[in-house]
Amino acid sequence: MALTTDQEQRKRRRKSSFSPWIMGFGRVAFTVAITMIGLLFITFIIGRVMPIDPVLSIVGESASKSTYDEAYRQLGLDKPIIVQFFIFLWDVVRGDFGESLLTARPVLDDLIRVFPATLELATVGTIIGVGLGVPLGVIAAVKQGTWIDHIARVVALIGYSMPVFWIGLIGLLVFYGKLGWISGPGRLDIFYVDIIPTVTGMILIDSLLAGDTSVFWNAVSHIILPAGLLAYYSLAYISRMTRSFMLEQLDQEYITTARVKGLSEHAVVWRHALGNVKVPLITVIALSYAGLLEGSVLTETIFSWPGIGLYITTALLSADMNAVLGGTVVVGLVFVCLNIFSDLLYKFFDPRAK
Amino acid sequence: MSDISDHKKPSLREWLTSDAPTSRRQAKFSAYYRSWLALRSNPMAMFGLLILLFLLAIAAFAPIISPHDPFAQDLALRLSAPGENNYILGSDSLGRDILSRLIYGSRITLYIVALVALMAPIVGLFVGTAAGYLGGWVDVVLMRITDIFLAFPRLVLALAFVSALGAGIENAVLAIVLTAWPPYARIARAETLTIRNADYIHAIKLQGAGALRVITKHIWPLCISSLVIRVTLDMAGIILTAAGLGFLGLGAQPPSPEWGAMISAGRQFILDHWWVATMPGLAIFTVSLAFNLLGDGLRDVLDPKKSGK
Repeated sequence: MALTTDQEQRKRRRKSSFSPWIMGFGRVAFTVAITMIGLLFITFIIGRVMPIDPVLSIVGESASKSTYDEAYRQLGLDKPIIVQFFIFLWDVVRGDFGESLLTARPVLDDLIRVFPATLELATVGTIIGVGLGVPLGVIAAVKQGTWIDHIARVVALIGYSMPVFWIGLIGLLVFYGKLGWISGPGRLDIFYVDIIPTVTGMILIDSLLAGDTSVFWNAVSHIILPAGLLAYYSLAYISRMTRSFMLEQLDQEYITTARVKGLSEHAVVWRHALGNVKVPLITVIALSYAGLLEGSVLTETIFSWPGIGLYITTALLSADMNAVLGGTVVVGLVFVCLNIFSDLLYKFFDPRAK
Repeated sequence: MSDISDHKKPSLREWLTSDAPTSRRQAKFSAYYRSWLALRSNPMAMFGLLILLFLLAIAAFAPIISPHDPFAQDLALRLSAPGENNYILGSDSLGRDILSRLIYGSRITLYIVALVALMAPIVGLFVGTAAGYLGGWVDVVLMRITDIFLAFPRLVLALAFVSALGAGIENAVLAIVLTAWPPYARIARAETLTIRNADYIHAIKLQGAGALRVITKHIWPLCISSLVIRVTLDMAGIILTAAGLGFLGLGAQPPSPEWGAMISAGRQFILDHWWVATMPGLAIFTVSLAFNLLGDGLRDVLDPKKSGK
């Protein structure tokens, strides 16, 4: 973020009079509130401009004028738009997104049911992506300009350029269709479904809790490809960022000092340099995690993964607007929370940012 | 042979690389030429540029080079493998030639990319320069709105927009623009803040120029180069989002040969007839890779401080 000098001065002045922690907290809370309301407002507007008449979808085409007007009033459509917005806001606060046309159940219940699947997918993806991306970025920075660096660059470029839905299809074709190494779409084979009790909604964890390893390994063989794909996307981003953070650190004088002191190269790179990029790296990882939640929309469609992405796209195609808006709000809120979380991490753990 | 005649008639290259430009035009072209030389020394960027020029040529001459009519169906020859029955890349489930459809599809891709690449930065430029130059509550309000749009996951927002507006190319473009402008506004604002207090801006203001004139004549031109770099880097993302919308059935509608929609159509045949979905995916991949390569190179040339070198 680019701060002008007068902004910086203003900040400093405020800090001298108020406790920076309280000020920081107040500002963050204000930002979060404004962003959330804005997000809900945009969603609300989207719901209003849609060409589908919400009254007609309830009363049907052949309803009489009086029935139509009655439903029109019941939905609150006769009120001024700003009042409608506050009603919408209140509904969201109470967790009432209306009923889904498709499942005939409250949208919130549906979202609670499907969210763990997305969370599981994105989490496994992030773990693999971080586990491979950080070392790749570090090695690329240490061996800058060598063939390893070039390979890391190409790997990242390919990740940035590949349509996820396409590579998902190709992956299914090769590893499921031709080689038969993994299981196909879905979270479990049909005869493993509903064997174990649902605790967290994440099958990998639930099956371990129930001590059922056959379910666990079946779930692994289902999740490995979609999670691996998402991992590749986060690897592309994380390795690039790690590399540039590391290059910056390796240029510093304390690195030279550490080397002169006779520390092993391993300790210099992995303890001193990497230790100093920990904070920005966590920010990057939080952002890429948020990105994976979004990337799961298309991935879930390909792999028939019953998460929030598949829920939104299925609802889209059947013009189930309540479900679309509810899903959009939830993904948006999670996204905002992760963004803020990464901002806060930065502020609290990096002494230079204070 | 004399020195004077040499001065009068320098070769084009000498004129361009001269250390002492004699006119504004010469200085400008000389700067462009130096950038070009730097870009030319980057093989990856040149490779990307070549692919894109090739794509432009294909789109321009689509009717001449495509071997078949992209919409002509031949159910007897449906799902021919690549090379079979005169179909170089095979045929799809309705017996249409995949190569010809890819060639025509390049026009749709370029159309979407061009529209988004024109509209999104302009929206961002308006918002960003207004916020940066006017400052005060205008800045606060505009930047809050920008942040709210930035907070949304792009694809999900685009999905919601398209589902509200209705499926179709124009609505897909509109949805992508609505989700793509905030970063440009941020960049334009940052640039404006750095030049707002420059001496030459004060000089113009002393001459009586109003905010509109300062912004349009003196701030916009300086924001262009950083916006261009960002747009080139974003092109790949735009292509992928557009293809994703097409894949979900929310972009171009059939029988339009849009690449994302073609992948979607080939999806049900993926296990037995791999080429139907694979070929359009390769096309998307190639083009977005080309944009990424070129964008990387451009950034190194035009913006050395951010390239990490």
